[in-house]
Amino acid sequence: MSLRLLVCIPSRFGCLSCQHDSTCSCDAAKKTHHVINYQRTQTEILQALRPKSNFLLSNVVDKHRLSPLQQGTEAVAVETETTAPRDYRFVMPEFLPNADYRYRDRVLEKLERQDMLRRRAVIDIPEFYVGSIMAVCVSDPHAPGKRNRFVGICIDRSGQGLRAHFVLRNVVDGLGVEVMYKMYNPTVLSVEVLKLEKRLDDQLYYLRNCPLEYSTFDFNMDPVILPRGSQVPVNPIKVKLNPKPWEYRWERFNLKGIEPISLTPKMIKGIEKSAEPWRQNDLMMMYRSQVHEEEETEIMAEVYKEKHRIDSQKKTSRAAQRKNK
Amino acid sequence: MALTIKSVNMMMPVVQRFGPACCFSTSQTLQEIRLLARMRIVDNSAIGKAAAEIGKPPRVIHVYNDKRVGFLGDKVLVTVKGEMKRAYIVGLRQKQKPNVPRMDTNNIVLVDDNGNPLGNRITVPIPSALRRKGGDITKILSLATKFV
Repeated sequence: MSLRLLVCIPSRFGCLSCQHDSTCSCDAAKKTHHVINYQRTQTEILQALRPKSNFLLSNVVDKHRLSPLQQGTEAVAVETETTAPRDYRFVMPEFLPNADYRYRDRVLEKLERQDMLRRRAVIDIPEFYVGSIMAVCVSDPHAPGKRNRFVGICIDRSGQGLRAHFVLRNVVDGLGVEVMYKMYNPTVLSVEVLKLEKRLDDQLYYLRNCPLEYSTFDFNMDPVILPRGSQVPVNPIKVKLNPKPWEYRWERFNLKGIEPISLTPKMIKGIEKSAEPWRQNDLMMMYRSQVHEEEETEIMAEVYKEKHRIDSQKKTSRAAQRKNK
Repeated sequence: MALTIKSVNMMMPVVQRFGPACCFSTSQTLQEIRLLARMRIVDNSAIGKAAAEIGKPPRVIHVYNDKRVGFLGDKVLVTVKGEMKRAYIVGLRQKQKPNVPRMDTNNIVLVDDNGNPLGNRITVPIPSALRRKGGDITKILSLATKFV
């Protein structure tokens, strides 16, 4: 006991000396002399054993960077500028984000684009437009061949990102049938375009109020092959509407793909009432209704680049398969 | 007394109606199968054919589910030519889920009280999504010639 007390006394004296001297000169003097202090307090030991902060000082890092061993190994970023063709926004419009800024989420969009490209690496989603005749195969566990095929004309295509969808319409046994398919639905086994063409309108829902012959397509139709490098043909067909009642007031939609309707005075009044001629002068509305061009080129360049990579991978795998055979 | 009435009349806001008051709903139709919805019989039962001939479509008078709104594969009670018949919904005009077809008409197939279909042939395609349902509807599906 007495010994321990004796050992403790000098440190206490040191502490007492510090009390009246705010700048602790005695500690500094000890350090310069490299005197090992065996009389450390508990707190001092704990401080010494405390884990060090997890970072390197910049001057230390710079010293290593500048060492001669590191010469010639700098990673030089080689930027190869790739820009997608201008019509890419019409070929794959689902890659463009929602034009409404309230629904924008850049991180989500980027992740969705990656997922979409991953899905496109597995199944082939060809170029198609509203008015093209398509065949879609979906997996159906209760069907005899575990798959269900439907052929029809594409009457609508919309949705952004993974929610992109299209609607096919056909007449089966005298009954109009429409099926909506999600483009990136994993149950979709294959999407093929039997006849690639466009129509005069963006949506063909008016085919519901037309004679059935306009939306009848053969299920065993042979695919029509376009010559390489040719433009997508536009079908200028004008369909005839049935007499009223209609699903919508088609006379108000300024449709180009229907035969001229004989307008009644009431219809003309309705058209005048529902017309919005100021829309074409509302610059702000126009600006907000479409994705900005810089952003579009950026996104489409990324998609184009990635798609080329996937296509080339597919080609090489196909060539390898041929060789194996 | 007369003065007070006059003053009250002057204080009351004048409600002017341009044209007749709208007596029907102007909102878009939901195409839901609710009470008194008109349907189309798509089997070759005699009563269904007779109803189609006189141009009186069958109307729903009860839907056998909790929501009281008929969806694909639901059982309904309909009136056909003044008779009550049970039927299954096999096609809807309403917007459907992905991969499920939407038909141009609301189709039903008549069944008797035991769930056996009255006709022996169905003339229109049947949604393939109905095949995952069990129960009495399998008797109807065995009559179908085509699935979409």
